[in-house]
Parts: sequence; C-alpha cells; structure tokens
Amino acid sequence: MSDLMLKGEAIKLGDDISTDDIIPGRFAHLRSNLPELAKHVLEDAAPEFASRARALSATGGGKAILVAGKNLGLGSSREHAPVVIKMSGVGAIIARSAARIFFRNAINQGLPVLLCDTDRIGDGDELKMNVTAGEIANLTSGIALSCGKMPPIMSAILKEGGLIPYIQKHKDFVITS
Amino acid sequence: MGKTLAEKILSLKSHGEAKAGDVVIGDVDLAFVQDTTGPLTIRQFKESGFEALAKPQRTIIFLDHAAPSPAQQLSNDHLFLRHFAGEAGCPIYDVGEGICHQLVAENFANPGDVIVGADSHTVTAGALGAFATGMGSSDVAVALALGKTWFRVPESFLIGLSGTFPRGVYAKDLILYLIGRIGADGASYKALEFAGEALAKLTVSQRLTIANMAVEAGAKVGLFPSDRITRDFLREHGRGDKYKPLSADSGANYERVIPVNLDQLEPMLSLPHAVDNVRPVTQTKGVKIQQAFIGACTNGRLEDLAVAAGILNGQKRHADTRLLIAPASRQVLIRAIGKGYIQSLIEAGAIILPPGCAACLGLHQGVLGDGEVCLSTANRNFKGRMGNPEAMVYLASPATAAASAIRGEITDPREFI
Repeated sequence: MSDLMLKGEAIKLGDDISTDDIIPGRFAHLRSNLPELAKHVLEDAAPEFASRARALSATGGGKAILVAGKNLGLGSSREHAPVVIKMSGVGAIIARSAARIFFRNAINQGLPVLLCDTDRIGDGDELKMNVTAGEIANLTSGIALSCGKMPPIMSAILKEGGLIPYIQKHKDFVITS
Repeated sequence: MGKTLAEKILSLKSHGEAKAGDVVIGDVDLAFVQDTTGPLTIRQFKESGFEALAKPQRTIIFLDHAAPSPAQQLSNDHLFLRHFAGEAGCPIYDVGEGICHQLVAENFANPGDVIVGADSHTVTAGALGAFATGMGSSDVAVALALGKTWFRVPESFLIGLSGTFPRGVYAKDLILYLIGRIGADGASYKALEFAGEALAKLTVSQRLTIANMAVEAGAKVGLFPSDRITRDFLREHGRGDKYKPLSADSGANYERVIPVNLDQLEPMLSLPHAVDNVRPVTQTKGVKIQQAFIGACTNGRLEDLAVAAGILNGQKRHADTRLLIAPASRQVLIRAIGKGYIQSLIEAGAIILPPGCAACLGLHQGVLGDGEVCLSTANRNFKGRMGNPEAMVYLASPATAAASAIRGEITDPREFI
C-alpha cells in the first residue's frame, strides 16, 4: 500500500477549540440531518471557516487543512464534530495536541490528524503531507515538520477510510505490532 | 512490578498482561448511548454489517439530553431510538428517568467492569471502580457489535488525598482545584487514580462528582478503588453480589503523583470560558448572576440537593436570579421529596426540572440570554455551552450555587453554613 499523500492550504485556528465550538449543542436537533448541521461548523468561533473551507475544496486544486493549537476538540464525545469538519471539505487536521476522544473520532471518520509544532505553520500556507510517514512540508516557508506516529491500529483504520469500513472488511479488530 | 488500577482492569479484560502504552483488545461489560449521540451510533451499527447486538442486555439507550424533547427533530430521534430498542431487545430508559451516568451508577456499574458510552462523561462510573470511558459513535457502534473494543493502556497519575473537607467545601471544589492545577489537557490520554486516607470518608456521591470531571483534565478515566463504601452502595442498590475489592498494587508505576490535603481547600469556581480557569470563590465574589443551575451528572444527586436545601431552607432566591434544579434521576427526585428537600427548594423560589441533563448543554430548559451569567453545578463552561455564545457560565458546588442564588451574586457558601 502506498503512502497517503495530501496537499492543501492551511486554515489556522487557535488553542482549545472545543467540540462546542466546532458544533454547538444548540444545534443538537440537526444531528440526524448532517448536511444542515455542517452549515453551522465553527459558526461562533471562526465564522469565516466554513466558506473558506468550501471554496478551497471546490477549486479542486487543493484541499483545506485545518491547523489548530493545543487541545483541539476538547469536550463532548460528539463524533458529529469531525463529521462536519470533513463535510466542509477539510482533507486533514494538524494540531499541536488533540483531545483523546476527538482524535479517535476523526481517525474513525477517515480524517487524518497529525500532531506537530503548529507555530511553524501560518494561515494560508501551502502544505504537502505524507500522512503515513507523519511528515509535513510547508511549501510557503520551506520548513519540514515531523509528527508523532499513531498506533498501528489507527493507521490501519485510517487506511480503510474509517472504523466502519474497517469493520465491514475485517469483521474484527486485527492487531499487528 | 505492581499494576495500576487501569493496568489491572485492562489486564483482566484483555486476558493478558496490559502495561501502560500497550494497545489491547478488551471485553466491554456495558455499552450505552444517549439521545444526542445514539442516532448516529445506531446508524453506524446498522452500516457495520452486524445483524445483532453482542450483548443486548448490557446495551442501554438513555433519553436524557432532550428530555422532554423541545423540537420535532429530537422527538423523531427519540422515536428512532425507541424503535431500535424494541427491535434489538435492549433496555431503554425513557425521558424522565434521569441522566445516563446517574442511572449507570444506580443500576449497572460494577468494580472491574469495562464500560464505554457515547458520552464524554462516561468516566463518572470510575467512582465505582469501573474502567469507564467516553467514546465517539463509531467506536461505540463497533463495541455494540463485537462486545469489545481496543484501548491504549493509559499511564496513570496518582492523586493522593489526605485530610477532610472543611466546612463549606465539597468534592466539586476538590475536582475544580485539581483541574486548575493539572490543566484542561494536563492529563490527556492518562488515567487519574484516586487513593489515600481521605477515601475512607468519601461517599460514592462525592466520588461520582470527582470522577465525572476527570475528562475536563483530558483524562481517559478517573478511577477509584473499590472498598467498603463501594460495597455499601452496591448493596443499597440491590447488587451486593457484584462487589469485589479492587485497588492498585503497592509497587505500581505512576507518571505523576499529586498529593492533595483536603484541609487546605476552599470553595472554588471555574470562570468563563474554560474549565481550568479556576480561582477561589473569595476572589470572584460579587459577580451578578441571572441564573443558578443545580443539577447535571456532576451535582444532581441526593447529597447535592440536601446541601442546597440546607442553605435555601427558609430563604428566598434573589428577585433577579432564576434558580433551576434538576435531580439526576427519578430515584433522586423521589428521595428528595421524601426528605422534604424539594419542598424547601420550591418555597425558596426554585423551579424543579425533570430528571435529566436539563440546562447543562444549552438545548433547552434554561438557555441563557445575551450577556447573562449563570452559576452552574455542571461540568463545562465553554463559550456557547448553555445555548448562547454571548452568555457566561461559572462552575461551582451546589452550596456555592445555592448561596449565590440567595444573594443574586457569586457568594462564598461559608457565609450561610
């Protein structure tokens, strides 16, 4: 299997973006209508995010890459958070650190999350990523960033496009060390 | 080498040696969903290709977040979940029964269990010695199908508790203090394990409050050993046979040891808009509040209502402050009526909400207006949490909430005790 490669443009957010920021609880009535729910992604915390991400994904030339600071996705277990981020056209997430449940949820949705020093990435920077190897090339600044590796089981889930496709295929967890 | 509590439980459930940092597959003793995460979980379960639940009697559906439903879409989600429960043969706790975490403690959680719930506050059941953790919908869907899931065995922080709570200081003040000290991501991916001489006087109700907020420091679990107090609680709830003593080995390896002397604590507050923005109440006195909310999986239990009723008995809420009270379960409500707490609270001007999550997450029953301030006993004060990004939420104990409701401003509860 070849490495998972991505290229895109950074949309930068700050530290401590909670799942309530990503998709506020007041929209709980839209959770069974994901396209409607996705319209409200980061509505209060980063009002310009949705239109920028959609515009980037619509150009076909590059995908939006959400770049955040520390403790991205803290709070609720709502998997709707990575779901609506992905539906906005985001191809990958880069953060300094990510909350445990959010990290696992994003991978389970087939949305790559790489952890590194995001101070080295500016808003609008062009990024090239090798998700499998955990390497990021910042094409704007020329800086190369290396990221921590995820456990093999998470790489395997990501490779299948998420946990549900993984289980459909393997029918069970397959641990390889 | 001795084992931490987390290593001990995961070794047992993975039928092997689980050491911190290992990835293991563990049996799941109980899996549950609630009404805002359940519909996605069930759709994913159906998509996964599995026909039946691995453990129908240990799969529970709770309707507590929108209870009763304020919107047709949420009512339809409830219909979907009720239909699934009927079809799959799993228990459902309908609107009005109470909050999932309280009902799990009252009816299901046992020492040594592995519990996964599609709700981040699933950690609450760690109070009873269960390795209980919140997960997203995909993970819970697969746990429903397989009866197991994968875990990275967490490193543990040992929180060593000594002393006794001074007057006006409670479990909530302890956990707020700890989160302020550790930080909102200070225990990311870790287990918080509580131990020490103070446990001998720490009730299950207090342990539930503490374990509940472990996730606000980023932790995967907040674990208490199973002891005499656990045994008495299980007996009282009709499952004394499920008791087994459980504690970490003496030679266990901890990543960090944090001693806390309860004698040194004072009433604490978490300030907007971050749970780890913690200060003593004495430094924040006088902030006007338009709403006080006593309830949630953090502080909606009988002991919490007893403290609030003790302070509010014979008093009146401030004219400019709404006082909302949501018992954590039907059992809590019935007992609180029996004890006279509800009478005292209503006479003091409280609005009693149905057992459930109520105002905590901003979808009904106490949504704040622009610029309004709420003092809440819940566990989160993120911007927008109570339904309005223009509002402010402070977190505190039921005693602080009750005292503040009387004055209409943030008040040190020791002035009333």
